[in-house]
Amino acid sequence: MNRFSYVRVASVAEAVREIASAPPARFIAGGTNLVDLMKYNVERPERVIDITRLPLTAIEETGEGGLRIGALVTNTEAAYDPRIESRYPLLSSAILAGASPQLRNAASVGGNLLQRTRCYYFYDVATLCNKREPGSGCPAIDGINRIHAILGASPHCIATHPSDMCVALAALEAVVRVTGPQGERNIPFQDFHRLPGGMPEIDTNLARDEIITYIDLPSKGFAQNYTYLKLRDRLSYAFALVSVAAALEMDGEQIKEARLALGGVAHKPWRDIAAEALLRGREPSAKNFAAVASKVLADAKGYGSNDFKIDLARRAIVRALSQAAARTPQSQTDKRIT
Amino acid sequence: MSTAAPQPKANQGQPEPRIDARLKVTGGARYAADIPLSNLAYGVLVTSDIARGQVRSIDFEAAKATPGVLDIVSYGDMTGIEKPQFGSAYTSLGPLHDRTIWHDGQIMALVVADTFEAAQDAARKVKAEYEEQHPSGHFGSAGTETIPAKGHAQRPKENPSAGDFDGAFQSAPVKLEAEYRTPTQTHNPIELFSTTAYWTGKQLTICEPTQSLYGLRGEIARQFRMDPADVRVIAPYVGGGFGSKGPSTPRTAIVALAARRLNRPVRCVVSREQAYTTMPYRAPTRQRIRIGATPDGKITAFSHEGWELTSRIDNYAVAGTETTTRLYGYGSVASDVQLVKADRQTPAYMRSPPEVPYVFAVESALDELAYKLGMDPVELRRVNDTDREPIHGKPFTSRHLMACYDQAAQAFNWSARNPKPGSMRHGDWLIGMGCATAVYPTHIAPATARVRLRADGDVLVQSASQELGTGIRTVAGQMAAEQLGVSFDKVKVEMGDTELPPAPVSGGSNSTASVCSAVLKACQQIQERLFRAAVASNNGPLAGRNPADLAIRNGALVAKDGAAQKLPDVFALLGAGAVEEYAEFIPDGGPHDAVQKLYQGKLTMTGGPEGKKAKYAYGAEFVEVRINSRTREIRIPRLVGAFAAGRIMNTRTARSQLMGGLIWGMSAALFEATEIDERTARTINRDLQDYFVPVNADVQQVEVILLTEVDHEVNPAGVKGIGELGNVGTNAAVANAVFHATGKRLRQLPIRLEHFVA
Ligand SMILES: Cc1cc2nc3c(=O)[nH]c(=O)nc-3n(C[C@H](O)[C@H](O)[C@H](O)COP(=O)(O)OP(=O)(O)OC[C@H]3O[C@@H](n4cnc5c(N)ncnc54)[C@H](O)[C@@H]3O)c2cc1C
Ligand code: SF4
Repeated sequence: MNRFSYVRVASVAEAVREIASAPPARFIAGGTNLVDLMKYNVERPERVIDITRLPLTAIEETGEGGLRIGALVTNTEAAYDPRIESRYPLLSSAILAGASPQLRNAASVGGNLLQRTRCYYFYDVATLCNKREPGSGCPAIDGINRIHAILGASPHCIATHPSDMCVALAALEAVVRVTGPQGERNIPFQDFHRLPGGMPEIDTNLARDEIITYIDLPSKGFAQNYTYLKLRDRLSYAFALVSVAAALEMDGEQIKEARLALGGVAHKPWRDIAAEALLRGREPSAKNFAAVASKVLADAKGYGSNDFKIDLARRAIVRALSQAAARTPQSQTDKRIT
Repeated sequence: MSTAAPQPKANQGQPEPRIDARLKVTGGARYAADIPLSNLAYGVLVTSDIARGQVRSIDFEAAKATPGVLDIVSYGDMTGIEKPQFGSAYTSLGPLHDRTIWHDGQIMALVVADTFEAAQDAARKVKAEYEEQHPSGHFGSAGTETIPAKGHAQRPKENPSAGDFDGAFQSAPVKLEAEYRTPTQTHNPIELFSTTAYWTGKQLTICEPTQSLYGLRGEIARQFRMDPADVRVIAPYVGGGFGSKGPSTPRTAIVALAARRLNRPVRCVVSREQAYTTMPYRAPTRQRIRIGATPDGKITAFSHEGWELTSRIDNYAVAGTETTTRLYGYGSVASDVQLVKADRQTPAYMRSPPEVPYVFAVESALDELAYKLGMDPVELRRVNDTDREPIHGKPFTSRHLMACYDQAAQAFNWSARNPKPGSMRHGDWLIGMGCATAVYPTHIAPATARVRLRADGDVLVQSASQELGTGIRTVAGQMAAEQLGVSFDKVKVEMGDTELPPAPVSGGSNSTASVCSAVLKACQQIQERLFRAAVASNNGPLAGRNPADLAIRNGALVAKDGAAQKLPDVFALLGAGAVEEYAEFIPDGGPHDAVQKLYQGKLTMTGGPEGKKAKYAYGAEFVEVRINSRTREIRIPRLVGAFAAGRIMNTRTARSQLMGGLIWGMSAALFEATEIDERTARTINRDLQDYFVPVNADVQQVEVILLTEVDHEVNPAGVKGIGELGNVGTNAAVANAVFHATGKRLRQLPIRLEHFVA
């Protein structure tokens, strides 16, 4: 870890001023990702701006039937908020599938969006990595890539975005509200994270001098037919190999609207709107679900140790859609099998 | 009594709670790096980015300019200090003695500063220029060298063999041949590795978590060319070791040197990440098993060959063939062990070093054979059970393997198993059931102890053994309480300091047998003195009796007829307030200078196949796995193990050790692997996020059954080590259950969900 200076800000305006003016600086919220990265010398901010006292800690009604979540609401507070539990159980479930209770108690909603990849090479400053050192190379492509992307990767980077919460937010079509020197703007969730392309060093479309203030949830919560299914190496404290957020709106026996987002497979939460459309007006059958899976994975590509994820994702999509249709969401708390 | 504190059966001690339980849960137990010292400086290691080559130059300028930096120890600074000695140290590499890089993450410098943060910041600024060579880090890599272990490594002395294997295998009606692989594993004790060193004149004190206080003292004294008496090593508690803290490491001398140069205490806590490369690991193996059998399951020919990875500079071998070739009554036996030398640091002991990988192969192969024969796997083991080990025909001091199978099978409800692979299912879950044998040689080593009994019944036990969390303090205290007729809460136990009389390394599961034998002997000497005083008194209640007819109970000496004399009265006869005895225990057949060697920190452990009779503890482990038929995740709802291991000193601590073993066994089967990048021979997963061990939710029901086993021949305490028994065989039981669930035989660990998707 390097030496750095520290400042605590009291208002969003002050935070934006600080981030815009300072030498290489980073906001710190829960610190669960930033501090780890600093310990590994991956992040070396000269200035750390503590935003934990900003008044962004509430969950409020939006007036359009949705909810507005402050960027500093903890993952735990969001997951157990009674309004989120009843109206957006998919979001609650996805959050509880992530990390561990201790981490969720510390982690903020804003920080969760900006957590960085868990690629082993990214974490090891002694190796090359295009995301860390643009243009240096990507050792993961021909190396150990069990946790890497199968969709939307580029020859420059095959890293994945590790968040669970974001997968649910993508499926729910949340909106990220940010503030910068020019004022406020809204970023649809779909456009918040980027694919690596030729610039894997840039994870998101948030500008360097902007701060996340809120996440808005639209009114539609899919509270009846949903699931968050996470497949991982152990039952807690492990990132998804593949995860699926599935949400259905039913009209009798037919699917009126479907949402499907995948985690652990791409540089961003992976949503395929064309594949979702295949389910509109259809019955929730294994055959229809398999067709969706095929569509989502049509361009999937493995890099060796992650080849298995293609078939795993196929299986996970079908199982998750079946869970959502049957109203038997995956439990994130009762992990026993009997 | 409860699940955690099982009701003792015959020949089993009370489930006393750990003597240090309260201290540990309240944070009161002090570990080596917690010991407060004034004027402490902090050291941070700088390690190499390459696995093979030369350090052409190393630039400390920026590091030195960092505020707070006091000193940097690096190349050229070790003059007058010997390199570590392989054996007492895990490696003979003196990383700062020359500029050759032998492995990834090799120590290149120690940066010392006023604060830990300044040392960290400065360490990151050190820049090295390398002359890099292409490393070979894997079995398969070009450039490795393969040599026989026999003649090059400490083990095996001989490759065990018996009869004419080739002939018997050729003519066997049923043959099995299979290859198995186990991965690199890293110990990851929760307490990090650390060294704190300070000098008082010419005396050196080292606070360091170690499994061998006297071993570390002897080795450090040798490296500094000092009298061992001038070195003191302290480790009040050790937060897990599993072998990694057994041999010493090159770090200690470097930190001690920094402390000498600064004339100030220096503490270096190695980061989790650096522990993966500056400390040893469990070597990966490849193995080949060949078995010939009759149609009714009698094995007539058994061959076990192993290849183990080691470093370029040290030939470390575990040679588990020494155990596996003696596991059943095979007709004929052949075995061989080869070492594959690669650009990695030297491996070392890790909980049940030889047995875990080698028994995985044998117990998997037996399951394969059972399927080939259409035989129940338990029955196959019964048919091949034996009362003599097959290599030299020695009888066992005791062996209750099949009794373990019978009890575990019953508790597990094995008879409900339909042997057909893939035939059992519950909802979406495929069910698999598997079993395997656990075996561990009973070791014993010389040990010493000092015991003091006061007239008021207070007891002090002192022995420089190491409390790793196993419960050695507790059982040593129980032994003294029992022998001196006082309640357990009257006993205080001191360990963890070379100011105390020496005890052997906490390794090879020898501690309970060795330390308790020494405590027993010291207590017997105390009894002897008290008994003699009581019978020699002119008119006391026990006057004139035969000392052999006396016992101590409830604070008094008692005779068979009920005559008794209270301890204070006996002490009054002696004219003493306390009686203190020091005892040296040398195991049967141990060398006459065994205790002298112990004081020098040299190990003379015996047991297992050595001696007139073979000494082993056994167990049978049963595992139920569930595999999701849709998404293929693997779960373990049930682990059941039954164990026969001589006298059980304390059913609570014993169960805890064996339960931990079963959980680790399942972890080795499904979770753990240290990944090495083929291209660079560098470690990829270097923390507890990427090196998987199970969390609570992964472990459901774990049942431990402790059989009554009385063995007077194995050692005076009648105890067989159990610290390493529990995690032997579990990985095979898991793999066997996975086969039963799916019909897919996996011969390589760890077994993960990717093995069951397209
Ligand atoms: C061992 C471990 C396991 C984990 N497992 C999982 C898992 O299974 N699933 C999962 O989803 N997550 C997991 N996590 C990640 C965890 O969810 C994130 O670390 C956490 O959400 C980050 O939030 P934070 O508030 O601590 O962020 P910080 O560490 O404080 O910040 C992270 C980044 O976000 C920036 N930032 C923070 N807030 C704002 C803001 N309002 N505006 C602009 N920038 C901001 C910071 O500058 C920094 O760059 C795990 C973490 C660990 C350490
Ligand atoms: S996958 Fe991306 S993050 Fe990982 S090494 Fe390649 S460029 Fe770096």
